[in-house]
Amino acid sequence: MDSQTLAAQTAETPHGHEGEHPPFLRHHFESVPQQREAATFGMWLFLLTEIMFFGGLFCAYLIYRNWYYPAFVAGSHTLHIWAGTTNTTVLIISSFTMAMGVHAAETRMRKSLVTWCILTIILGCAFLGIKAYEWHDEWVEQHVPGLNFSPESFLHGSEAYPDDKLPLDMAEKTQVYYSLYFAMTGMHALHMIIGVSLLTLLVIRAYGGAYTTGHVNPVENFGLYWHFVDIVWIFLFPLLYLISRHQ
Amino acid sequence: MDIQHELHSHPSEPTHHEEHIVSPKVYLVIGAALLVLTATTTGVSYIDLGSFNAVVALAIACTKMTLVVLFFMHVKYSSKLTMMTVASGFFTFIVLIMMTMTDYISRAWGRW
Repeated sequence: MDSQTLAAQTAETPHGHEGEHPPFLRHHFESVPQQREAATFGMWLFLLTEIMFFGGLFCAYLIYRNWYYPAFVAGSHTLHIWAGTTNTTVLIISSFTMAMGVHAAETRMRKSLVTWCILTIILGCAFLGIKAYEWHDEWVEQHVPGLNFSPESFLHGSEAYPDDKLPLDMAEKTQVYYSLYFAMTGMHALHMIIGVSLLTLLVIRAYGGAYTTGHVNPVENFGLYWHFVDIVWIFLFPLLYLISRHQ
Repeated sequence: MDIQHELHSHPSEPTHHEEHIVSPKVYLVIGAALLVLTATTTGVSYIDLGSFNAVVALAIACTKMTLVVLFFMHVKYSSKLTMMTVASGFFTFIVLIMMTMTDYISRAWGRW
C-alpha cells in the first residue's frame, strides 16, 4: 500500500493484516497489554519529572523553615485549620472516587464510570473553591508578598497565639513563608485546574463509551496524575498548616 | 508474524504483570485509613513533642503517600518495570534533597 492509501485509513477501515485487533490498538504496538504497559510507563516518567519539580519547592521550604523558624510558625498560625483539613478530606475522597472510576472502566460499566468521574470533578472544584477563599483571606489580611504585605500583624502577636510576637526583621521574614505558601499551593492549584479540565474532556468521551470497551488506559493514566496531585497536597498540608500548633 | 501468540508478555519479563482488578473494598479500607491518618496528624500537631512534631508529621505523610502509591495507583499489582520506575523517582528526589542540604550545611554562614 502506498502512503496516500495508508493515510486515508481510519480505525474502522478494514485494513489487511493477519490478526483482528481493537480499533484503539495503535499499529506500532504488538498487543493491547504491551500498549498499556508502555503508556503507563510513560505516564510514570512524567510523574517523576513532577516529583522533581515540586521537590525543588519542598527543598527551598526545608532550608528556609530551618533558617527562619519563628517566622514560619507565625505565618502558619494565620492559616485556617478547618480549611486545610477540609481540603485534605475532599482530596482523599476524590482519590477514592477516581480509583472507583478506573474500576468502572475496567469492569466496563459506562454509567458508573461517568458518575465517579463527575463526582471527582465536583470534589476537585470544591477544593479549588476553598483554596480561593483562603487566598482571598490572605490578601485581606495583607499577607501577600510583593502585593500588599505588611508585617504589622506580626509585631504584636495574635489572640490565639500571643507568643507569636516577632521583632521587625523576623516579621519581615514571614514574607518568605508566604511566598512559599502561594508558590506551592498555587502550583498545586494549577495542577488541579489542569486535572479538572482534562477530566471534563475524559467524562465527555466516557459518556460516548470510549473507555468501557477495553480501552482502560487513558482513565488509568489520568488516575495516576490525579493521585499524584493528591500526594503533593498530603505533604503540603502538614508542612504549611501544622507548624507548631501546640503553642 | 505471530501477533496472536504474544498477546501477553512472558512472566519472566519486567513488563509482565497479572491483569488484576483491585476490589472496591480495598479502596474503601485504604480511603478510610487515609482519613484516619489525616485526623491523627492534625491532632498530634496540637501536642508538644519538640522537634519530633516535624518527624511525626512527615512520617504520617509518608505513610499516606505509600498507601496511595501502592493501592490507589496500583503499584502493588504492577510490573517490575513500574515498580523500578517509581523507586528510581524516589531515589532521585532523595538525591535532590541530600545534595542540596550537604551544600548548605557545609557553608560557614552561621545558619547551621
